[in-house]
Amino acid sequence: MTHEKLVSFIRSSTRDVFTTMLGLEIADGQPFIKEEAPAPSDGVLALIGLAGRWAGSGTFSCTAPMAMRLASQLLMQPYEAINEEVLDAVGEITNMVLGNVKTALEEELGPMGLSIPTVIYGRNFTTRSIGRSKWTVVPFYLDSEVIEVHLCIAPSKDPGAARIHREHPAAVLSIE
Amino acid sequence: MPVDVMIVDDSAAIRKILHRVLLQADVPLGQVIEAGDGVEALEKLKTAKVGLILSDINMPNMDGLALLGALKSQESTRDVPVIMVTTEGSSSRVMEAVNLGASGYVRKPFTAEQIKEKLAGLL
Repeated sequence: MTHEKLVSFIRSSTRDVFTTMLGLEIADGQPFIKEEAPAPSDGVLALIGLAGRWAGSGTFSCTAPMAMRLASQLLMQPYEAINEEVLDAVGEITNMVLGNVKTALEEELGPMGLSIPTVIYGRNFTTRSIGRSKWTVVPFYLDSEVIEVHLCIAPSKDPGAARIHREHPAAVLSIE
Repeated sequence: MPVDVMIVDDSAAIRKILHRVLLQADVPLGQVIEAGDGVEALEKLKTAKVGLILSDINMPNMDGLALLGALKSQESTRDVPVIMVTTEGSSSRVMEAVNLGASGYVRKPFTAEQIKEKLAGLL
């Protein structure tokens, strides 16, 4: 699975979710590869796991004001603070973006399972991955503010794995 | 005659969106009952009768396919149409749901019109 293909799947899925569910047009940023999972120093980050013959993790991250804007667009009501509804909305956007990436990946990599999203909101947190795989980072811009989708996927050591294994790339958070 | 509808999804955001779509749809809508997973849905269906269920697949505790299987094995819910509304878009998952007795399948992200079209065919 190439970086270019992953970028294409992520762009297509993210655009589809933003136009269909949020009524927003996003602009593509320059994708890149990173050895470690980068994280915003603050804001909202949602994590999701993929498991199967290939396994990995994906994240969706943005600033807190952007999370409120996305939730407002999705639920058609204003949000002026991060609350459970905003975090749930970001989790669901992540689920749709990475769920559709997973469906595209399954065409080539076989069936995969998708975990329930975990959403984190805070300041000065960092992420790191267990494992050595590279992360494909795909930025998008909405009115000059950045939204990032990260994906790290690698062949599973246990081809029969039906659940996410500790040895597969996974994101771990430490809040300072 | 108004039809009661159940929405099963672990995301409160999606339940809210589907509830709004139901209210906007040109269907004889009665009560809308919400559940966060298959277990909660089955529990609520012990006392509530609904004419249609919209269910996600990926949920904690009991997923949508297990719920679908349970609904089709129970006399009281066997004939209730179930529409799967899910990010699970692979043909194998769609076939699995259809084989278990799903009446429809809508992939997330969805438009209100896609949901309304499915409802129109069933209500």
